[in-house]
Amino acid sequence: MKWAVMKRGTMRHLLRNLGIDPRFSSMVLALVVIWLCLQFLTDGIFLTPRNLYNLSIQTCVTAVMACGMVFVIVARQIDLSVGSLLAFTGMVLAFVQVHVFAAGQALADSDLGWIISILAGIAVGVAAGIFQGIWVALAGIPAFVVTLAGYLMFRGAAFLVTDGQTISPLQPTYERIGGGLGGSIGPTASSVLGILAALWLVFHVWHTRRQRRRYGALQAPIWVDVLKVIAGSMVIAAFVYMMNAYPDPSSRDAEGNRIGKGIGIPVLILLGVMIVLTFIATRTRFGRYVFAYGGNPEAALLSGINTKRLLIAIFALMGTLSAVAAVITTARLNAGANSMGTLQELYVIAATVIGGTSLAGGLGSIPGAVIGALIIQSLDNGMVLLDVPSAQRQILIGLILIGAVWFDTAYNKRAGR
Amino acid sequence: MTDATPLIEVPPIEAPLIEMRGVSKRFGGIHAVNDMSCDLYPGEVVGLLGHNGAGKSTLIKVLAGVYPPDEGEIRVNGAPVDLRNPRESRAAGIETIHQTLALADNIDAPGNLFLGRELLTPFGTLDSHRMEHEARKIIQRLNPNFTEILKPVRAMSGGQRQTVAIARALYFNARILIMDEPCAALGPAETRMVMETILALKKEGIGIFLISHDMHDVFEVADRVTVMKNGKLVGTERVADITPDDVLGMIILGKKPGGNGAVV
Ligand SMILES: Nc1ncnc2c1ncn2[C@@H]1O[C@H](COP(=O)(O)OP(=O)(O)OP(=O)(O)O)[C@@H](O)[C@H]1O
Ligand SMILES: [Mg+2]
Repeated sequence: MKWAVMKRGTMRHLLRNLGIDPRFSSMVLALVVIWLCLQFLTDGIFLTPRNLYNLSIQTCVTAVMACGMVFVIVARQIDLSVGSLLAFTGMVLAFVQVHVFAAGQALADSDLGWIISILAGIAVGVAAGIFQGIWVALAGIPAFVVTLAGYLMFRGAAFLVTDGQTISPLQPTYERIGGGLGGSIGPTASSVLGILAALWLVFHVWHTRRQRRRYGALQAPIWVDVLKVIAGSMVIAAFVYMMNAYPDPSSRDAEGNRIGKGIGIPVLILLGVMIVLTFIATRTRFGRYVFAYGGNPEAALLSGINTKRLLIAIFALMGTLSAVAAVITTARLNAGANSMGTLQELYVIAATVIGGTSLAGGLGSIPGAVIGALIIQSLDNGMVLLDVPSAQRQILIGLILIGAVWFDTAYNKRAGR
Repeated sequence: MTDATPLIEVPPIEAPLIEMRGVSKRFGGIHAVNDMSCDLYPGEVVGLLGHNGAGKSTLIKVLAGVYPPDEGEIRVNGAPVDLRNPRESRAAGIETIHQTLALADNIDAPGNLFLGRELLTPFGTLDSHRMEHEARKIIQRLNPNFTEILKPVRAMSGGQRQTVAIARALYFNARILIMDEPCAALGPAETRMVMETILALKKEGIGIFLISHDMHDVFEVADRVTVMKNGKLVGTERVADITPDDVLGMIILGKKPGGNGAVV
């Protein structure tokens, strides 16, 4: 057989010529295998609308931060503080929302209160990121050390906000951001969004073909692109269908039937983060510099890039996204607790690396990181369904982290990097 | 100073593009550049020569704004300058091709060519199309066989990488060009191309510091040679007044021809 004698490198080459990223497709394949296994092991509970809705919400927290971690790791840095920073920003946010705008005041009832609290949380996240970035960029202390210190300090700071007290409840409107009660956009809007996403996919594939034709670049066969669009649309349709099939306990239609929940608000936040960060990574100077710095820090410096400012900005961006993750987390809990985000940094880093971001720097993808987050959270979610105790879960996630880095090293060696 | 830099016959009104006086740069205990002086006039190529580790790259990195000097004065167009980072050096009209090429391996040729000086659309986003177009134009000129410019430079040959680095220095129409072994990885045809480019730039009045270990190349394009040994200046001579063997003697023995003993 012709296929049998093909070397793996040839296979990779073939895929690439077809316009399919081998790394990305192997990740998707891994995800499918994991889902099928969990579906089997949980006797069909895993792939139910209810569980998938929960999984979509759980994934968002990890995925939002993983998108930022792509920038950090591409630039040859690491941020171990993101879980603790999530807790700290979340506590500040909850504190501002509940104690600063105490109940009864006008601000507490209007939306202004929670909006300001979000801004406060993000401001703290940015400040913490800049603080760490300064130590890394100006003092030249390795990010590993600075953010390990941050891991400790921000956890302590989270405790200090209320001396360890949990802050709850938060405002009802705010709570919806967490995807719980009323925290989704309903079936109609979800379907519309799904259709828009499918249209965008068609446009994107068509646009890429046109661009490649115009610049005389290698063109994938048309059937590959058609298949891509069909597969993508099916995934979108299945997702929307599942989300719509999960009945919302809080709303009923005129006949008293339960309405489906539809897509959760955290998923929309994640989509927004993905779009913005993909834009930053591929279309802006900042994104270009992050990749250039990761590819060759000396070249970046010699090219006149202000590498110090760049590093600080990267950590500030990571801080911002930690705060965004804190918004989703606190809204979901309807509380601020200083234990939020414990071990989250490991999930985030694992998701990023599984998603094809190389620890050697210079290489990474945001959609990949989101798939990585989905893989990690699927495993976590599945193990909870299977009643695996948290100690064992931690061991497994740790092993997966090692496995992901091992895969990255092995993959890069094969690909000749 | 150990030695006076010989004056050359240039019109007196013409100020040197670059004047370095008593420049020193130390790395811990290593005196990489030690009380070095040299200059560069418009329309002139100065060959910067010396053994491995003589301090040539360090000296030009001082000019490129990579290492601020520990001592000494640098004048560009007659005005003292303080080159604290590569941006300031570029702003002063100095373009540098570094020995290491300074390319980001994971980025394609246009990306590297415009690194730090990207062309932007009116919306402030990267104008990839225009950058690609411009990159093609200048790379075509240097190496017509080199068309696959849109892959990461990691996947390019040594000569192609070098072509990208040279194109980057030429694109921005600098008045002062510093080339640290620009032909080290180039084939004979591509080296010819670079040599002819140097001669053409010289005609346009651009000043060029050329570092090379190839005496033949240096004698073909250079007007003067400045020789360094162990971070110090051995001497500067007009190419017309000197033979390659004399220069070799300066490089190896640290002695000026006509020899009043080693100066270093
Ligand atoms: N960043 C640095 N840190 C410490 N020492 C350095 C550094 N850069 C250069 N040196 C030292 O300075 C001296 C001069 O090095 P330089 O690279 O300038 O030599 P060169 O003349 O360019 O040599 P070559 O012909 O091999 O390129 C060497 O002894 C080198 O070891
Ligand atoms: Mg050198």
